[in-house]
Amino acid sequence: MRAKTLVFSVAGAAVVIGVVALGVVGWMVLQPGPYGFAGGDPVALADYKGASPTGLPVELASADPATTREYIARMGDCEACHTAKGGQPFAGGRPFVLPFGTIYTPNITPDPETGIGTWTDAQFLDAVHRGIAPDGSRYYPAFPYPSYTLMTDEDVLAIKAHLFALKPVRQENKPNTFAFPFNQRWLMAIWATLFNPDERFRPVPEQSPEWNRGAYLVEATGHCGECHTPRNLMQALDQRRKFGGGVAEGWSAYNISADKVSGVGDWSAEQLAAYLAAGHAKGRGAASGPMGEAVELSLSHLTPSDIAAIVTYLRSVPPVAGDLPALAGAAPATPVLASLDNPVGQRVFQGNCASCHDWTGAGAVRSEAQLTGVRGVNDPSGTNVALMVLHGSGPTWPGHPYMPGFGHAYSNAEVAAVANYVTARFGAAPSGLTAADIARLREME
Amino acid sequence: MLRDLEDNHGPALSRRALLRGGAAVLGGLMIGIELPVRRARADEPASTGAPLNAFVHVPPEGRVELIMPSVEMGQGAYTSQAMCLAEELDIGLDQIIAIHAPPDQPKYGNPLFVVQATGGSTTTMAWTEPLRKAGATARAMLVAAAAAEWGVDPATLTTEKGMVSDPGSGRTLAYGALADRAATVPPAAEVTLKDPAQFRLIGTPAHRIDTPDKAVGKTVYGIDVIRPGMKFAALMASPVIGGTVARVDDAPALAQPGVRQVVVLDDLVAVVADNTWAAQQGLAALVVDWTAGPHAGLDQAQLWADIEKASQGPGVVAQKEGEALAALNGGTLFEASYELPFLAHTPMEPLNCTVHVHDGQCEIWVGTQVPGFCQMGAAKALGIDPSKVSVNNHIIGGGFGRRLEADYAKIAARIAAKVDGPVKVTWSREEDIKQDILRPLYHDRLKARVENGKVTAWHHRVTGASILARWLPPAFKNGIDGDAVDGAVDSPYGFDSVLVEYIRHESPVPVGFWRGVGPNSSVFSAESFLDLIAKQTGVDPVDFRRGMLDKTPRALAVLNAAAAKARWGTPAPASPSGARVGRGVALMHAFGSFLACVADVAIADSGDVRVTRVVIAADVGRVINPDIVVAQIQGGATFGITTVLHDAITIEGGSIQQSNFHDYRLIRIDEMPAIEVEIIGSTEKPGGIGEPGTVIVQPAVANAIFAATGVQLTRMPVDPARIAKAV
Amino acid sequence: MTDLTINGSRRSVDVPDETPLLWVLRDVLGMTGTKFGCGIAQCGACTVHLDGVAVRSCQLAVGDVGTQAITTIEGVGATPEGAKVQKAWLDLEVIQCGYCQPGQIMSAAALLAANPAPNDAAIDAAMAGNLCRCGTYVRIREGIKHAARS
Repeated sequence: MRAKTLVFSVAGAAVVIGVVALGVVGWMVLQPGPYGFAGGDPVALADYKGASPTGLPVELASADPATTREYIARMGDCEACHTAKGGQPFAGGRPFVLPFGTIYTPNITPDPETGIGTWTDAQFLDAVHRGIAPDGSRYYPAFPYPSYTLMTDEDVLAIKAHLFALKPVRQENKPNTFAFPFNQRWLMAIWATLFNPDERFRPVPEQSPEWNRGAYLVEATGHCGECHTPRNLMQALDQRRKFGGGVAEGWSAYNISADKVSGVGDWSAEQLAAYLAAGHAKGRGAASGPMGEAVELSLSHLTPSDIAAIVTYLRSVPPVAGDLPALAGAAPATPVLASLDNPVGQRVFQGNCASCHDWTGAGAVRSEAQLTGVRGVNDPSGTNVALMVLHGSGPTWPGHPYMPGFGHAYSNAEVAAVANYVTARFGAAPSGLTAADIARLREME
Repeated sequence: MLRDLEDNHGPALSRRALLRGGAAVLGGLMIGIELPVRRARADEPASTGAPLNAFVHVPPEGRVELIMPSVEMGQGAYTSQAMCLAEELDIGLDQIIAIHAPPDQPKYGNPLFVVQATGGSTTTMAWTEPLRKAGATARAMLVAAAAAEWGVDPATLTTEKGMVSDPGSGRTLAYGALADRAATVPPAAEVTLKDPAQFRLIGTPAHRIDTPDKAVGKTVYGIDVIRPGMKFAALMASPVIGGTVARVDDAPALAQPGVRQVVVLDDLVAVVADNTWAAQQGLAALVVDWTAGPHAGLDQAQLWADIEKASQGPGVVAQKEGEALAALNGGTLFEASYELPFLAHTPMEPLNCTVHVHDGQCEIWVGTQVPGFCQMGAAKALGIDPSKVSVNNHIIGGGFGRRLEADYAKIAARIAAKVDGPVKVTWSREEDIKQDILRPLYHDRLKARVENGKVTAWHHRVTGASILARWLPPAFKNGIDGDAVDGAVDSPYGFDSVLVEYIRHESPVPVGFWRGVGPNSSVFSAESFLDLIAKQTGVDPVDFRRGMLDKTPRALAVLNAAAAKARWGTPAPASPSGARVGRGVALMHAFGSFLACVADVAIADSGDVRVTRVVIAADVGRVINPDIVVAQIQGGATFGITTVLHDAITIEGGSIQQSNFHDYRLIRIDEMPAIEVEIIGSTEKPGGIGEPGTVIVQPAVANAIFAATGVQLTRMPVDPARIAKAV
Repeated sequence: MTDLTINGSRRSVDVPDETPLLWVLRDVLGMTGTKFGCGIAQCGACTVHLDGVAVRSCQLAVGDVGTQAITTIEGVGATPEGAKVQKAWLDLEVIQCGYCQPGQIMSAAALLAANPAPNDAAIDAAMAGNLCRCGTYVRIREGIKHAARS
C-alpha cells in the first residue's frame, strides 16, 4: 500500500516535473523576437516599401566593391572576436572563458588549410545563419549566429568576400576545453532548433526607415544583445528583459534599455552617438573592455546616418529595471578623506590615478578621465573598475588618450584596494573586492 | 639594434694600451694609463685666455673654466671634480664654470678604463689624484707667472680665491691677468699637493654647482637642445630582438599634420616632423610589417631554464684560496641558488640624440657617459673618419649605465644621414624600455661548509652574460668578467677556503651595465646565503658575520655602526602596513667602499611588502663632499628598493613585455622608508659611492623578508603571491 | 592660432588643438624646462600649473587651455611658493640629475599654495604622481617641510 502510493507519487512528481520543465522551456522558446517590443506587422524585405534597411548606408550608396565589403564586415564586427591578443587579425585563437570551459575562436582568414579558404558560399551561409559547420557539426552559440541569422544573404556574402580578400594566415585552430556534457556538439542542434529562428530581417512598416536601419544594425549585424541582454537557463537571450544587462568576458555589459536609472534612458541622443562613434561621451565615461573593442573595430567606422539609426532604435527599447543604484554626484576635492579608510587604495590612487582622474574624479585635464557619473564606477560590484585597472581602457589609436593597464606590476591586493577606493570615493556604494576576486578576473583574459 | 652595440672602439684601444702605465681596479680588472695632465695641443679651439692643462682654462676675466672628465648625471661629479681642482687651484666654487669634456681619449680617458667613460662608481677613485695634480700644476704656473712679473721668488707668493698675492709688498694679481703668461710656463713634472689639513673645500658639504640651474629649468639636457632649422623625429625599432622591417606603408603617416618625412632603415622606422608630438602621431599612423628574425621564439621561462642549466658548470676560476671543493665533501653543508631578472634603466630623461649630418661632417648633441664611443660609433655608422664627428656632451637626466652605450647616437646618426638639416631624435618611453640594453640575468649558486659557527669553505659560482667582453674586449681576460664576479671575489669575510667561479652564459638579449653592476648579484646572493646559514644554524645574522671579520676591520666597523644605529637586537616596530615585520642585515665590500645596511620591512597578509626603515653605515675612504656621499647612498638605496620590490623585465616572443611606468614600476614617494646614513670617517683612498647604496639595500631587504616570513627571496623581485602562500 | 598666457606673457601658437601643451612648450616655444618623461601621466616630469593647479602637460590638449594662466618651471620662481620651494631645494641639495625636478618643484609649489603646512599624508597625496629615478624622495619630503617653515 505504502509502496504503491510511493510509485504513484514518484510517477506523479515526474509528470509534474516534466510538465513544469516543458513549461519552462516553452516559456524560454516562445518569447518575443528581438524587436517584437515594437509591435506592428513585420514584412519580408522584398515587401518593404521604405529605403532598404540592409546593406550600405546612404552615405556609401556609390561605394566601390572593396569599400562595400569592408563596411559590412565592420558592421558585423567579426574582427574583435576572431583576433587573439597580439595576434594576426581574423586569424582566431582568442579565448572565451565560459562556465563550461574555454572556447577559442577559429581562423577566418582565407588560408585553405587552417582558415576558411575552401568554403563555398552555401557553407558560409550555413555557418553564419544556422551555426552549421561545413562538416555538419554545430557551433556553440558563443558564435552569435542567432543574431547573424537576421542578415541578408547578400550582406553575409559581402563579409565572405571581404574575408577572402584578406591575406591568408596559416594558424591552426585551438581545440575548446569543454567537458562532458558540454563537449557534445550535437546537443547544439537541439538548441538551435529551439532558439535560432533561422529567418532574415523583417522590417516593421509602422516604424521609420531610420528605426528599421537601426534595428538591422543593432539586432542583425551588431549583435548588441549578445552581451547586453541577459541569458536564460538555456543560455539563450532573454528577450523579455531585452538589453537589461549581461556579461562579456568578465565585464559587466550594462543595461542599455531606456530605463532612466539603470539604463541609458537619460542619455541624450548626442551622448549616445558620441559614445558609440568615439568611445566616449562627456560625463558618461569611456568605452572599455569588449565595448571599447566594438567601438574601435566596428562602431567608429560607421557613418553618421548609421550611428543616428542605432541611437533611434536604442531609444525605442522599453525600459528594463535593474538593481544598480542611482549614480552618485560630485566627489570631494580634498585628497585625504577621514571617512575613507583604505590606505592601500589611497596609495595606488594617488600615485597612478590622480594625475589623470583628479581627486574630484572629474578628470584632471580630459573629460575622458571622468569617474563620477560613470556607470562602472557606480556599480557596487566594482568589476569593471577592477578590469579597467588590470587591462586599461580606451583606444590606442593616434591622438586619443587611453588608460594603461596596471595588472602587470600591481598585486591582486593592490588592484582590489584601488578599485574599492574608486567605487567608494566616486561611486554610489563601495565595492568589496578581494585579492581572490582579482585573481579570478585575471583568468578571464 | 644589435649591430648598434657592436664595437665602439677606435684602433687606439688595444690590450697594450690597457696595460700601459699604472694600475687600478675595476672589479678585479687591472688596467691603467699614464696621467693625462699635459699642455693642450696648439690646434685645439681655445677661447681667449690660456688652457693651462687639459682641465684648467683661465680666461682673462670671468670664471675659470674647469673641464670635467667625468660627466654629470646626478651623482655630483661636476661638484666633486671641481672641488678637487679648485682645492689645489685655490679658487672658490663660485669662481668656476664646469665645461663638458669633448671626446678625447688621451686627455680624458678614465684612468681605470682607458676609454673615456663615466661609470662603475669610478669618478672619485679615478680622478681625485689626477685632478688635484692638474689643479696644483696650474696653480704653480700661475704663481710662476706672477713671480716673473714681480721679479720675486715664487715660494714667497700665496694664492687665495683666484688671486696671487705677494705678502711682502701687498701686491695682488687675478688669475685672469696672469693667464697668458702662465700658459708659457713649462708645467712642473712634480708638484706638491696640499696637506689634507689645509683643505678648504675637500671634505666639506659644499653646495653643488649644477643644481641652481636645474632648480629653475635652465639646465640644457641633451633632450633640450635646439638647433636652427631643427626637425623632430620619433622612432620605432623592431619590437622583436633582431627583427627587421619587412614593409612600410608611409602614406597614413605622411597624411598626419606636421609630418615631413618617413625614414625607413633596415631595423627601424622614424618619422620626422615639425615637433615631437606630430612625429609620434605620424609614427602611430605608420603601417609597418616586421620580419621577426631568428629570436622570435625567445621566452622568459626558457631563458631562466637555460641559465639554470648553464650554472651547473663547471666555471672558470676567478678566485681560489685553499681547497674549498675538497672541504665541501663533508661536514655540515649548505647550498642555495639565487636568480636575478633582466632590468631596464628607465632614466627619467628618455634616450635622445640630436644630429646634423652635412658636408661630410657629423655634429652630435647628446648626453652620454661615453663621448668617445659616440664619436667612433657615429663615424663607423656613417662611414666617415672620426675626426669628422663632433660630440657636444650635456648634463645627463639619469644614466644608470644606459648612457654607457652609444647605440642611440649611432641610430640618430643613421636617421640624420637621411634628413636635410639637424634632427632631434627622441625615444618614446615605450621605445626607451623596449630597446633597452638590459641588466643581464644572473644565476648564482653557493655552497658552504660551516664549522663551529664559521664558514670554513665557500663556493660561489656566478653565471651570467659578460658585458665587458663586448664593451671593453681587452678587459675580458682568461674567460673571466671582472665585473660579473665583483663582490664575489675578495669577500670581506675570512673564510678558510674560497672558490669563486664564473660561467659566461650569453643569450640573444642585449645586456649592459646597470646601477650596482656585478655586485648586485654577487652581494645579494652571498648575503642572502649567509642569512640562510645563520637561520639554519640558529645564530644571529649580525653575530654570525662579526665572527668572520677579524681581518677586515673596516667591514666590521660599518657592520657595528649600522647595527648600533638600527638598534639591532630589538624587534622591528609594528607597522600599519602589515602584521608581519622583520629586520635584515647585509654587508659588502666593492667599488673600494665598505657598507652595511639594516632594513625593516612590514608584510601584509596579501604578501605585499613595505620597507619601513633603512639604516646604512658607509666607509668610502676619504670623502670629497659628505653631503653628496649621503645623497648617493639615499638615492642608490631607493633605486635598490625599487629593484627588490617591483622590477623585472620579461621576454615573450622575442620582445620585451614592459613598456612604460604602469608596467615597469618605480617606487614612489609614498612607498619610501626613512633612510638614515652614517659616514665613517676615513683617510683611506677614496672609494666609489654611486652604486653601493643600490647593491647593499637589496639583500638587507630580502633578509628582512626572510626574518619576517621564513621565505627566502630566491628569485628577484618580491612575488607577493608567493609570500602570501607561504605565510 | 591659439593664444596662451605663459608665465604672464601672451604667446600665440599655430598647432592642432589636440597637441599636448608639453610639446607646444618644448618644441614650438623652445621652453624646455618642462620635461617629457613618459607621455601617459605616470611620471609627473611635465607638470605645469593651470591657474595655480598642478596638471600634467603631456595630457593637456593645448586647445583645452582656454584663458587659464599657465605657469612653468621658468616662471614659478615669481610666485611665493615657487620661490620658497626652489630655495629649499638648493638649501637641502634635493636635486641629483634634476630631470624630474621641474615637475617635482611644480607639484610641491602647488601643494604649498593649497596647503601651507602639509603633513606627510598630504605630501604623499600631492607628490606620489612624480617619479624620481635618482631617488631624491627623502629630500623632497624634507624640502617641502623646509619650504613650509620658511
